[in-house]
Amino acid sequence: MAEKTVATTSGKQTGTTMSRERTRDQERYIQPPVDIYENPEGLILLADLPGVAPGEVDVRLEDNILTIQAKAKHAITAEPIYREFELFNFFRQFELSDQVDQGNITARLNNGVLTLELPKAEKAKPRQISVQVERAAA
Amino acid sequence: MARWDPFEGMEALRSEIDQVFNRATPQFAPMFRTAFLPGRAAREYPLINIYDDQNTVYIEALAPGADPASFNISMAGENLTLSGEKRRAPGEIKPEAFHREERAAGKFVRNIELPVDVDATKVKAEYKNGLLLLHLPKSEKAKPRQISVQVA
Repeated sequence: MAEKTVATTSGKQTGTTMSRERTRDQERYIQPPVDIYENPEGLILLADLPGVAPGEVDVRLEDNILTIQAKAKHAITAEPIYREFELFNFFRQFELSDQVDQGNITARLNNGVLTLELPKAEKAKPRQISVQVERAAA
Repeated sequence: MARWDPFEGMEALRSEIDQVFNRATPQFAPMFRTAFLPGRAAREYPLINIYDDQNTVYIEALAPGADPASFNISMAGENLTLSGEKRRAPGEIKPEAFHREERAAGKFVRNIELPVDVDATKVKAEYKNGLLLLHLPKSEKAKPRQISVQVA
């Protein structure tokens, strides 16, 4: 799973573009830190998205490119008197190979952590090939 | 007329350097710390924001993915201690299974000195979307009081 360092614009269906080069785009985006690990069924991607409500995360797959985009909000609107962190919107893209079963990706958001399960495609799974032993004609 | 004494100059320089080291708090210069090294957990995490309105002080702590059952919040006077644990991933995963490991994980503890007196019995904590929110109602004497001016 390779990371896309140059943002790819999204397709025509939604009509929104996600290019970071636009001068009109005032919002700031940061890349969320991710862990990716492998298990026998596939890859698991965990991304820290603090301050993101379940409805504010957008995971999209298009042309083998997986896009994670989320809007983060502070939970409190009172007057700040001391600040150590800011919440920004999140954006990160990965390029998937055809070894991932792209139709069966599942996503859930729990306590500010996005979990994506990317199952392996049938052809990428290890397959045991049984060896048939032919008996030599006696 | 004062005589030039090279040792006096050196002594002054030495005490000046000592002052720099004394001032260096762990936050600014962790390598100057001479005390017994604390564990990983004793760094200043989680990061916090403090908000304030007339009746309440709010603390917002950045703790995505922390185990809600592990949170331990206690108060002693004006000191609030916040601790908990964030696990990297559910279950045991072999280190070689990781393709990327960017998220921080582990135990954390933090002491916060509150700016005002709060009513410790009415403190509420809520964990939502990876942010830990503390509502700390101010004690009666810490609340601002309107003083009316009497015109004679």
